[in-house]
Amino acid sequence: MDKVQMLLGLSMALFALGLTGVIIRRNLLVMLMCMELMLNGVNLSLVTFAHQLGAAAGAVLVFLVFVVATAEIAIAIPIVLLMVRRKRTLDADAYADLKG
Amino acid sequence: MGALTLIVLLPLAGFLVNGLAGNRLGKSFVSVVGCGLPLLAFAVAVKSVLALLAAGTPLIETVFTWATIGQQSFEISFYLDRLSSVMVLIVTGVGSVIHIYSIGYMHEDNGYARFFAYLNLFLFFMLMLVLGRSLLVLFVGWEGVGLASYLLIGFWFEDPVNAQAGKKAFIANRIGDAGFLLGMFLLYTALGTLEMDRINAAFMSPTATASLLGLATLVGVFLFIGATGKSAQIPLYVWLPDAMAGPTPVSALIHAATMVTAGVYMTARMSGIYLHSEVASHLIAVIGAATALLAATIAITQTDIKKVLAYSTVSQLGFMFVAAGVGAYGVAVFHLYTHAFFKACLFLGAGSVIHAMSGEQDIRKMGALARKIPLTSTTFVIATAAIAGIPFLSGFFSKDEILLYALVSPLGSKALFLVMALTALMTAFYMFRLLWLVFFGSSRVEPEVAHHIHESPLSMTSVLVILAFLSIIGGYLSIPHFLAPLLPLPSAEEAAHHYHWTVVGISVALGLLGLAGAWFVYGGSGERGKRLQAQFAPMHRLLYAKYYVDELYDALLGRPLVWISDHVFLRLGDRLLLDGTLNGLAALAQRAAGRLGRVQTGSLHLYALFVLLGIVGALLWSWRHG
Repeated sequence: MDKVQMLLGLSMALFALGLTGVIIRRNLLVMLMCMELMLNGVNLSLVTFAHQLGAAAGAVLVFLVFVVATAEIAIAIPIVLLMVRRKRTLDADAYADLKG
Repeated sequence: MGALTLIVLLPLAGFLVNGLAGNRLGKSFVSVVGCGLPLLAFAVAVKSVLALLAAGTPLIETVFTWATIGQQSFEISFYLDRLSSVMVLIVTGVGSVIHIYSIGYMHEDNGYARFFAYLNLFLFFMLMLVLGRSLLVLFVGWEGVGLASYLLIGFWFEDPVNAQAGKKAFIANRIGDAGFLLGMFLLYTALGTLEMDRINAAFMSPTATASLLGLATLVGVFLFIGATGKSAQIPLYVWLPDAMAGPTPVSALIHAATMVTAGVYMTARMSGIYLHSEVASHLIAVIGAATALLAATIAITQTDIKKVLAYSTVSQLGFMFVAAGVGAYGVAVFHLYTHAFFKACLFLGAGSVIHAMSGEQDIRKMGALARKIPLTSTTFVIATAAIAGIPFLSGFFSKDEILLYALVSPLGSKALFLVMALTALMTAFYMFRLLWLVFFGSSRVEPEVAHHIHESPLSMTSVLVILAFLSIIGGYLSIPHFLAPLLPLPSAEEAAHHYHWTVVGISVALGLLGLAGAWFVYGGSGERGKRLQAQFAPMHRLLYAKYYVDELYDALLGRPLVWISDHVFLRLGDRLLLDGTLNGLAALAQRAAGRLGRVQTGSLHLYALFVLLGIVGALLWSWRHG
């Protein structure tokens, strides 16, 4: 198993871990963190491919993902904060009535 | 702007001013605008006609190019020759005096401004019709006068009967228009132009091809179908008697003097085509004669003063078509011209009677009005004498010439002459019957109405006097002679000369016989009339019910159409097919939404799972099909 394959396997594992977390964990903050894991799994694969192909574009895209992730978290955390203020709980299922 | 354009646009300006702001401007302002602009148009028309006579060649004015399609361009241009100058003078002249009459007649009406706006709109379209150089412009006017007629018949639209009459007129005209359009299409395909002077020139040119002349019959018949609608001939005449639901000045202007003669004008204008088709000419003559006779028989029994005049109009239009059918187009226009004066005078006189009688129109409830409304009755007597063909009045000259040419023209025949002579006799009879029942004999007026009987205001009676005067002297201007360079009379010089005095004698005799007959039957106590009616009761019933033609049309066309509309279009098409499809789709969407809505639980985890499944599914699919 060469290095690229290993790195891609790691990236897939990170993504799968994150996805599993989002699906099974109830805590909103943990769900957000798991989403970050997924993003970083993708980032890892991007860097790997960029390295393998010798193209800078993949690496540049990673920065874009960082920026988007930061912005997303900057919005998401305050939203979670506001929700918690209302119901005093981080349990995602407690907010199921948001479906309208 | 040229003079012809000005003639057409002046009434349009009146329509716009009165139509948009009339209610705020006050009645006197509306009257000044409504009557002043048509009078101005009349003055310009007189000036243009004088210019035409001085120039000798037709005046042509192109206003603008309507459309350019490929090599072809359609222009709105106006054309003044001797024929259209007669029409323009009738339309603006008679039109103007009827406008003036309306000041008095409509004074109490709430829709005063609206009425004048519509009248001006009518004049605008009518002038477009008679001045248009191409059939296209004529057709715009043709449709426009139909619209104005519809608006004015249904002027008092609060009463559904009036609105119904307006619709009937519109629909009957639409049927004719379909034929007219087909004729136009054929002409355009054959000649590539719709300009009437060019069409006539093409048909009259010695180099005209046989295929073009072969088309004459078909085109002629199609155009005549249009004329039967507009000019109330069999089979489309039924709308005109109902059109009497409109205010009386409208009946005088649109349904007697001008609009209904548009078909006659069009036939005369397209004479180049009809001269090449004996079949179409015979058809016109036969239809005209049949209509004249049929309408005259109905007119004998009618009891509504305006209905009698309406059937008389239908009958007189039949006379004009007989003249056109035997090739004497100038004579047709001559009768059109004299008819415009005496029929307008009769209708306006009837309006004055109705005004005096506080709205009563039933001649069985009139009688002996002559002394109470002397001016109206005097003018009515003159106009009646003119239409009946009493010598030296205008109707005598024109009707005499129609009878003469029905006999001597190569296209005429003895049978045609006899039918027309019989109709002329009946015309005299029913007109004098009307005169007797309304103005003479014993009074059958209801007492509460009798108090209020009064002569109409000066604005109305002065118009009656003008028209009565024209009914007397109109015949001395020989229109056929005036039009001869344009519309030569049938070549029957010798026969015409031979029969001339015989026909004059017969026509005088017929007029006087009708007068004597009506006097004998309806004079005095009127007992003879009632006895005669009882004696021929079944026939009277048939005539009084107008041969049940309306009922026949209703049974043959009206009811099947209603049935098809109800069962096929409404129930099957609309409700089942269209509404059914729409409602079915809506129900399907609603049910599907109800089922699918259960998926939305509000649980984030479940959503994430669905996303996962979706992505996996998409990946699998692309892997399989990639």
